[in-house]
Order: sequence, then structure tokens, then C-alpha cells
Amino acid sequence: MKILVCISKTPDTTAKIAFKNGNTQFEDNGVQWIINPYDEWYALVRAIELKEKDPSTTVHLITVGGADAEPIIRKALALGGDEAIRVNSTDLTDSFYVASQIAEVARAGAYDLIFTGKETIDYNNSAIGGMVAELLDLPFVSIATKFEINGNTATIQREIEGGEEANEVTLPVVVSCAKGMAEARIPNMRGIMAARTKPLKVVEPVAVEALTSISSFELPPAKAGVKLVSPDNVGELVRLLHEEAKVI
Amino acid sequence: MSVLILADQADGHFKKTAYEALSYGAKVAELTGTTAEALVLGTVSEDLASLGKYGVKKVHHVANEALNTVDAQVYAKVIAEAVKSTGATIVIFSQNTTGRAVGPRLSVRLKAGLVTAAVALPETSNGFVVRKVSFSGKAFANVAINTDIKIISLNMNAYKIAAGEGTAEVSTLDTAVDAPKIKVTATDKVTGEVPLTEATRVVSGGRGLKGPENWHLLEDLAKALDAATACSRPVADSHWRPHHEHVGQTGVAIAPNLYVALGISGAIQHLAGVNRSKVIVVINKDGEAPFFKAADYGIVGDIFEIVPKLTEEIRKFKGA
Repeated sequence: MKILVCISKTPDTTAKIAFKNGNTQFEDNGVQWIINPYDEWYALVRAIELKEKDPSTTVHLITVGGADAEPIIRKALALGGDEAIRVNSTDLTDSFYVASQIAEVARAGAYDLIFTGKETIDYNNSAIGGMVAELLDLPFVSIATKFEINGNTATIQREIEGGEEANEVTLPVVVSCAKGMAEARIPNMRGIMAARTKPLKVVEPVAVEALTSISSFELPPAKAGVKLVSPDNVGELVRLLHEEAKVI
Repeated sequence: MSVLILADQADGHFKKTAYEALSYGAKVAELTGTTAEALVLGTVSEDLASLGKYGVKKVHHVANEALNTVDAQVYAKVIAEAVKSTGATIVIFSQNTTGRAVGPRLSVRLKAGLVTAAVALPETSNGFVVRKVSFSGKAFANVAINTDIKIISLNMNAYKIAAGEGTAEVSTLDTAVDAPKIKVTATDKVTGEVPLTEATRVVSGGRGLKGPENWHLLEDLAKALDAATACSRPVADSHWRPHHEHVGQTGVAIAPNLYVALGISGAIQHLAGVNRSKVIVVINKDGEAPFFKAADYGIVGDIFEIVPKLTEEIRKFKGA
């Protein structure tokens, strides 16, 4: 079985969020970069677990990004991916553009399974999985929390409003992964050493017209500060929630 | 030229998110000088003409019962047909499970720019720009859609439902429906409770509650407030509460009108899931907890003493 895991470079979850060039670009000065948590903890680790169960499985990684994405690709390889493909582009704001690059590579690779995280923690678009599936005319299961494979059939639990649904689908399929799929891992020394010699292929992007563009970013207005109520007077909190905040 | 809104249904009834999307779509139509029309898929036991209350002039119905379960691939194809036959130039989804899965597929199918997790009406003075959540709620991005057909997926609880008078003209769309490639083998839904992502009020508990045996305190308060219940990551990881209740960076992101946090210190990752709540109340015995910095109201003290008192006060207020 061949699995393709889509990974994205995102700022660390605790990074300070600020913008530059007239609020049109993320201020990345001094920012720590990580693998998007959903891509790493759930999509990638689950793919590696499937490989551990069935050693004939190969796990390829793909990212669309510049050379500065290579450290996170190496980390993903250290966790257990077999080889990586980097599509050499820094135009990452339009999901359709990014998904088209991934679909191009996926089509050539004839993968049985394509995993993405449910969304990235920077753009929060949650669009790549669905777009890649449509571009390849494959079924798509979103926000998966459990994934098992039996021969050519995948059994998938996914989140729906107010609960869960069990799905069955014949491979190939695209799956976006969320909490529950796997537990986060830390690469070990052996993995880190092995990652140095694993293939990392760089391919040039195909020409695709983006459908959207980011015109600016903005920060939410700062909070006015907390109003503290005495623990001996909780009735005051009820009054404030009703009269001032108007939420009850 | 029209705005087409997917009015989502489950088990034959429209979801609250459908009314949000319809209200938003009607306003978008007003802003762009066109009409708003609804699209309903599957069998519905409600009066379709009454969707006119939310500002739509027409309701297009594809009554095929195969559409009662959502297969993104099947849905995208049916909706693309509906867009073509109605001549819609703007398509509105709710950013719920359906919108998240179908919106991106439709975007590819129609080569139409998509903005997901939208939180405001489009700005049309210079192009067509929609504000969306970015950096997990720590910022907003203003995204320009540069295609003739535009798709917006509206975040839940981001737009106020506006119901007025009016009835819509109902017509049946006869569209071919493919057999789904995905088989739904079981559904496990929490019945009788408002799904967390749709709730307007949420009461959430952290490690400060000390164990699952104390959750009744939180549940009583939630009941008094008519709120959904949630929890922090360590609570879900310790299996005190089910995973679908976990709010935060890796759990569910919510945007209720009121978020009450009991015994949660407020790590950055937790804030990322709740920072779009309109009003945040924090009750914690540690006055230095970072969550107080992000809160609107707070009580520093013992939750085991305060929560029962607060529940009592809310009941009194409700009974008044």
C-alpha cells in the first residue's frame, strides 16, 4: 500500500502573531516553525502506525514550500516517513493552488491513501483534502478520528455535528485527520540519523491560476480587561451577564 | 445572478446553521443587488415556503432521499448542477461538517474561489473581500475572491439569524444523483443536546474540577444556563469526558456568546479554541491563571463553593 501524507509548515502554537508590510504578510522574524499539529500528530503518525502493522506499506510526504520547509520535512522523515517531495513554491495563500500541486504529484504516484490534517493552524482553511479529492475524483472523508484498514477497505470514524459516524470505503480515498487518529510521538535518535539519508525530492510547481488572494490581515481588538467579582457576591456576576453583557 | 444558500438539514429538520446561512445570504444578496435563493437537498418534513422568513425568494428542492446522508462527492456534483441551472454567482455554506467537506470540492468543480470560516459580510467597494478566521482565532485574514463565481463558508455562530415575514416560491430541481462511494455503517449522535459547535452558551471544565465525579457541578450550572458542556484537553486525555467535548487548538473550536471556564488555567492552545467567544467568564482559585487576561468577567476563588452558588443565582434569575 502507498500512502501520501500532506504536511505544512506552520508557526509554533505559542508564536506571537504579528504582521508586516502594511499588514499583508505574517511577521516571521524569530518565529519557531513546526509541522502543522494536525498533519503531524494525526495524519503522519497514523500513516506510520499502518506501516508498522504492514511493512510492505510505503509512506511518502509532500509539502508545498520553499527551502525553509526542509527542517520540518526532515523531522517528518525522522518520525518514520520513507521519502519526501517538496514542491518548490512559496505561494501558499490559496488552497486551490496548493491542492493542485499536491494532486499533480499524487496522480503520478498512484497512492491508495492520501492523508491531510483537518486544517492548518495558520490559514484555518480546511480545504486541501476536499480539493485534492475533487481534483483526483476520489471519495473524501473529513475529520476522521479513527482509521482501520482491511485489504482494500477502509473503516473510518468521523466527527459529525453532535456525534460520530462510521464509514466504509474502498481505496483509494482522501482522509482529513483529527484528534483520536493517533497519539503524538517524538522522533528518536535512530530516526533522526536515518532521516538524513532518506530521499527528499524537489519538484517545480505546475502553472495554476490562484482563485483567491489575501488582501490584508488584522488582529482582533484588544480585550478591555477582566472585571473581577467577589466570590461572596456571585449574584453580581449574574447581574453583569444580564444587564451589561446581555448574554443571559 | 443570484445568491444560492445551502439550507442544511438533518433527519428532515433544518439546522440552526441553515438559518444563519440563509440570513447571511439574504444580506449578501441585498449588498450585491441580487436575490437570495435556498437549496434544499433530501427529504424534509418542514414547510419549505416558510424559509422565505429568512429573506430567500425561492427554494430549490432536490427531494432525492439518497441525499439524506451527506457524501461530499455526491453533494458537490448536485450543488454544481444547481448553481448552473439557477445561474447563481455566489454560493453560501455553513462551515459545519457538510460545508467543510463539500465547499472545497465545489470550488474545484466550478473553479470558484472559496473563503472558509468567514465571519463577516463581504466588502464589495473594491473587489469582493471576505473576512475569515486565521491563526486559530488570533487574527483575521481579509481574502479577495477573484473568480466570477464565489463561494463563502460561514463560521457557526458568526452571523445573527434574522427572521421576518415572507414566503418563498418552491420549485423542484430534477438532478441526477450518483450512488455514494462511502457507506455509512453507523451513526452515534448525542440526542437531546445541542451540539457543542452550535451552542450559544458553553460551560467548560478543566483539571481544577479534580475528577469526573465532580462533573455534576458543571452540568447543573450548564443546565441552569441552558448551555452545552465542554472540557479542556487534559480532561479529555484523562478520559474524564468524551473527546468530542474537548475544546482547544487540537479539539473543537467554538464561538459561543458566553463561555464559562471552571478550573481551566487557559493555556494558549486552549485559548485558540475559545478566543472567538463573545463573552468569557473565568472562575479559578489561582488569580494568576493566564485565562484571566483573556476574560471579560472573573471570580478568583474555590469553584467547589462558587459554582453551586452561581447555579442557584442563575435559577433564581430565570425564575424571576
